[in-house]
Amino acid sequence: MISVNPKGEVWVFAEQHEGKLEDIGLELLGRARMLGDQLGVKVGAVLIGDNIKGLAQKLVHYGADKVYVVQHPLLGHYQTNSYSKVIYDLVHKYQPQIMIYGASSCGRDLAPRVASAVKAGLTADCTDLQIGDHENKSEGKTYNNLLLQIRPAFGGNIIATIINYDRWPQMATVREGVMPMPEPVVTRKGEIVEEQIQIGKEELPIEILREHRQPKKVNLKASRIVVAGGAGVGSKENFRLIWDLANSLGAAPGATRAAVDLGFIDRDYQVGQTGTTVRPSLYIAIGISGAIQHQAGMAESQKIIAINSDPQAPIFDVAHYKIVGDLNDIVPKMIKAIKARV
Amino acid sequence: MAYNCVVAIKQVPDTKRITGEAMNADGTVNRGALPAVFNPEDLNALELALDIKDKFGGKVTVITMGLPAASTVLREALYRGADDAILITDRKAAASDTLATSYILSCAVKKLDYDIVLCGRQAIDGDTAQVGPQMAEKLGIPQVTYIEELLTMENRHLSARRNIGNGWQEIKCKLPVLMTVIDEANEPRVPVAIKLMKYKKARTPIEIQMQLKKENPNASDAELKQLADMKIAELAKQGLLIKQWDLNELQADMQWCGRDGSPTKVHRIQSVVLTARESKTVEASEQGITDMIHELITDKTIS
Repeated sequence: MISVNPKGEVWVFAEQHEGKLEDIGLELLGRARMLGDQLGVKVGAVLIGDNIKGLAQKLVHYGADKVYVVQHPLLGHYQTNSYSKVIYDLVHKYQPQIMIYGASSCGRDLAPRVASAVKAGLTADCTDLQIGDHENKSEGKTYNNLLLQIRPAFGGNIIATIINYDRWPQMATVREGVMPMPEPVVTRKGEIVEEQIQIGKEELPIEILREHRQPKKVNLKASRIVVAGGAGVGSKENFRLIWDLANSLGAAPGATRAAVDLGFIDRDYQVGQTGTTVRPSLYIAIGISGAIQHQAGMAESQKIIAINSDPQAPIFDVAHYKIVGDLNDIVPKMIKAIKARV
Repeated sequence: MAYNCVVAIKQVPDTKRITGEAMNADGTVNRGALPAVFNPEDLNALELALDIKDKFGGKVTVITMGLPAASTVLREALYRGADDAILITDRKAAASDTLATSYILSCAVKKLDYDIVLCGRQAIDGDTAQVGPQMAEKLGIPQVTYIEELLTMENRHLSARRNIGNGWQEIKCKLPVLMTVIDEANEPRVPVAIKLMKYKKARTPIEIQMQLKKENPNASDAELKQLADMKIAELAKQGLLIKQWDLNELQADMQWCGRDGSPTKVHRIQSVVLTARESKTVEASEQGITDMIHELITDKTIS
């Protein structure tokens, strides 16, 4: 661990694969910028890979004051041991007060390994990060300007705020899609710090035989409007209604876990705690009862229309427009109304 | 070539069946109101270990850390084919976060003869997926997370396919290794009747002590101890004694255990109250729907 260091920077792990930055790192830079400004400290991005220095400027545009670039031929592919060793060394050298990672499959593999080696705390899958004070009543002491690490727990039934006041850095992984993507500022200036790191074969215990990454079929996060169907849609054939309404609005179709499990639509379209978190301008929930796990992935939408035959469905608690009735009757009426204005 | 597997399992509240009574008025969780279950993905980890035993031989040991009641999941593992079970229980381990938990579990694993350590990807109460990788770091062995299929095992090397979210990766690695297993990996086997008949009588020393105290409310401590020692010896002879280790037995360094060993602390817990917002009920009629769409176009929600 490193000692409490209120002058330390706020760091983001800038995840990249095959020379392409992942969105999550850019999303995190937006929040890191906010936290850094509040604390009056610099924001750093940690960029690790082979031949990736060219990506550093983009990280500056998205909010980094400094980009720590670690390039090495042995770092071309992500491996837990090699990447965690790099971060371990950088953390001890620069003593950042905060370090955040995406809660991606890579981030959730890497961050706990780093936390264990550094002997620092780590909070998983946060949906919000803030700066705040913590009063410890038993010690009669107040800790100021801590990172409040906010996350759902117990299957989304509670929201826990976690802090770490003595074994720094304060570290968290953050769910993809919950932090708004910042607007890049191409005139922003930053410092690129190239780090030399010793890395040997012993840090590469895994041999990668084959790998396949497919782009998601749908980019739910980027859609302004999401039209989602649940088990109440009834069948795969009837899910056509969801597609039709989505098409009429230029929206992305989405689904609940129940609808995915029933085979109505592919898992890539799943919204909710185990799927994608979305915050579109408009979310249309059709035949969705509104389990807490689903609400966790869509409740932040700016406007929500809920259509359900059960007036008691929990989805109505978060809806701005409530329509009680048969979706087979209502959805065609909506398509007609939308088409009528063009 | 035989391989010894250690599977770290957890008893968790069944968060999928949460009802109103599960939450206290102050927003904390009423754990008593929730049924306790075998963490689902830990069953997938156990299944993979049993599959390795079936194919190559070796021993499967399950370990868990928790309250005395957590021995229930150890018995369930024995019913399915685990060879040995160990309960780590100690009041001083209470309030351990993932870092402290991984330290304690790693102390236990170090006492065992292992080639492969297996864990479920994550537990449904915390959903952190941190204890596996943290344990691997403390054991100084590589981790292979999100296993969906074990491909080969030969010459103390394994190859496996990982689910990396937006795709997959096939890797090869030398043993010893720690793997975390996802629910798509396999279909966990059900308890075997003959093992269930045998191991339903398996107990930890603390369960024996608690049971004897209940049955003999007037007995002195010395009498209870004598009764317990007899019962423990009897079960041990029958192969029905579940091992029980405390932090002392593990020679754990207390500064890394329990509350003191946990850097993360809870600042606040709120129960999820999804606030009713400004909302309106729309008539399911053509007029009602047309008005709503018009409103959304006017306020530029629909462009």
